[in-house]
Amino acid sequence: MNVLVLMSGGVDSSVAAARLVDQGHDVTGATLRLWGGDSDSGCCSVGDVEDARRVAAQLDIPHYVFNLTDDFTTSVVDPYVDAYASGRTPNPCVECNRTIKFGWAVDRARVLGFDAIATGHHARVERDLDGEYRLRRGADPAKDQSYVLYMLGQRELAMVLLPVGDLTKADVRGRARALGLRTAEKPDSMDVCFVGRGQRAEFVHSRTPKRPGPFVDTSGRVIGHHDGVARFTIGQRRGLGIALGAPRYVVDVDVDAERATVTIGSRDELQRDAITLRDLRFVADPPGDRPLTVQTLAHGEPIPGRLVDARVQLDIPAPRVAPGQVVAFYDGDMLLGGGIAA
Amino acid sequence: MSGTYLDYAASTPMRPEAIAAMEPYLSGVFANPSGIHRAAQAAKTALEEAREVIAEQLGARPGEVVFTGGGTEADNLAVEGGARRRRDVGAQDGVVTTAIEHKGVLAAVERLGREGFAVTVVGVDSGGVVDLGALAAALDARTAVVSVMLVNNEVGTVQPLDDVAALVRERAPNAVLHTDAVQAVPWLDVASHAQGVDLIAVSAHKFGGPKGTGVLVVRDGVALTPLIEGGGQERGLRAGTVNVAGAVAMAAAMRTAAEQRTVEVRRIGDLRDRLQQGLLAIPDAFSNGSQIHKVAGNCHVGFRGVEAETLLVALDLEDVYAAAGSSCSSGATEPSHVLAAMGVPRDDALASIRLSLGSASTSDDVDRALGIIPSAVAGLRARAGILA
Repeated sequence: MNVLVLMSGGVDSSVAAARLVDQGHDVTGATLRLWGGDSDSGCCSVGDVEDARRVAAQLDIPHYVFNLTDDFTTSVVDPYVDAYASGRTPNPCVECNRTIKFGWAVDRARVLGFDAIATGHHARVERDLDGEYRLRRGADPAKDQSYVLYMLGQRELAMVLLPVGDLTKADVRGRARALGLRTAEKPDSMDVCFVGRGQRAEFVHSRTPKRPGPFVDTSGRVIGHHDGVARFTIGQRRGLGIALGAPRYVVDVDVDAERATVTIGSRDELQRDAITLRDLRFVADPPGDRPLTVQTLAHGEPIPGRLVDARVQLDIPAPRVAPGQVVAFYDGDMLLGGGIAA
Repeated sequence: MSGTYLDYAASTPMRPEAIAAMEPYLSGVFANPSGIHRAAQAAKTALEEAREVIAEQLGARPGEVVFTGGGTEADNLAVEGGARRRRDVGAQDGVVTTAIEHKGVLAAVERLGREGFAVTVVGVDSGGVVDLGALAAALDARTAVVSVMLVNNEVGTVQPLDDVAALVRERAPNAVLHTDAVQAVPWLDVASHAQGVDLIAVSAHKFGGPKGTGVLVVRDGVALTPLIEGGGQERGLRAGTVNVAGAVAMAAAMRTAAEQRTVEVRRIGDLRDRLQQGLLAIPDAFSNGSQIHKVAGNCHVGFRGVEAETLLVALDLEDVYAAAGSSCSSGATEPSHVLAAMGVPRDDALASIRLSLGSASTSDDVDRALGIIPSAVAGLRARAGILA
């Protein structure tokens, strides 16, 4: 097959490209330049582009750099800032996958006549007996990334290859070492690639006005004031900046034109037994009303529950999921779909 | 390199004459030309001989030739050095340039703007030739520097430097006139085109010399504030040990380019015409830049509905090497500032590519390009249509 492999300059996509070459495919590498700001730390810096280019040269495959900084800013960074400023908790990796990697890049691969597009994500694409595509968790539970791929439907999966999904991270590094790839020992990317570690509020406040407001308790009584809502996300316990006797959590964030109210409560007051969703996507058919598990964080524990219309009913209460976060449904290690917490 | 190279405006292969000329200066005659001993004198002699050759080709005196680290540095030195000197000595605070200059000029002008100079950027007509009326209106006694390129790097248009010079002398008596002639050497007699100009920038790798070697002609009596200071080399205008081997190779390349110019302009012009006619036969194709004022090696065309960035990748996968805009900005999704200045609609600008021919271009290259580009365009259009 003619395969376009997205090479971030990390070890996973390097090994993905190497495996495709090894399997005899006609492989072309592409690196997307996504962000050029000062806070660039992750999968898109100039140094990473150069790593990708050098690995491609070592594998003797063509390699191209596409400059998507404008698209990335519009589709990922601006919505991220807007979400925090509005009291929601965005997932920029999911937005990037949806709009850039499995949106723009898949379209581009199609126009260029590629049969498939590949990435270094840890998940497994399979085809069942009915010819339907399935997405399973990656073989390395600690590195599974199926959660951030929840938006892939049949149309995308038909041309997506995830060549390292059946490997553990240790296997990936071992293969990279054996091949002498310069990315073999590169640390995993963490955090949000365009925001430095611990710099989220500063980043948001550099791009949008601070939204100060009151802290209130669950009865509505004002118990303090904060200087900017971007510092807070539902479920947060640390860094509230107010002294309270017992452990207290952010249980609600409410931003309107007047003010940005952060509600503080106990752990009990954070618990919910249902999650309302929007923008539901399914890998294949909707699962119907049957037992499944839901995952509300990139590496969160699966929680048993059911999907009823656009609402997940949990078997046991769990901490509230912040609006904007992804909720993915699984049947065992099979991804069924997901949605955005409303 | 096995592919079909159509990007001579970005860089050219070194001419054999240039490679042969520089070889003795890599390890044999290697000494620092500033020394006293005979080893240094040999290097100094070679450097000065190179300077003489280049001076003659550019219509300058040897003492007017300043070696630099390339075209961009020469442009920076001319524009920034010329403006600062005039501000400090004569209190001129105006800088005038055109909207289609190379970034080596535009970035320097922007920096001067941040330093407080009054910047005027003059537009061009739809063919890519400077608007002389607007230029005239921008000039006055406070103008310190005027910078107008000789040949545009994207659409290949030749600018009317004689007319520009006449306007500058008449209206801006205190200004120095600079031209970025980086793209001109293979195609034009720079000496005659730039005879009325005070500062001329050229770059060796655009005509078969090595990268990292350029020249700024600084006419006698034209004072500049240097950008790089140190040991006082190059009349104090560009400190640092001169790249002797590069200078020697540049001289050889320039001499060869001049000797072959008349024949090559005709030969390459014929190739370009055939290439362009073939490409314009593709449905919904168009060309950019005035055909009358274009140098022989430039073919700038677009195919509606086909993104240039995608087409360049498709062509590269077929071993055809082309560019969009200038090589510095290819890959960017913003349309070229040159095409924007010419009033080319944004969608057309994003669909435009530059095919540039040069001394090693052959009829086979054109055959191959015409065998591949039309089908690549058709394939991209078909698949984009299915997608939409």
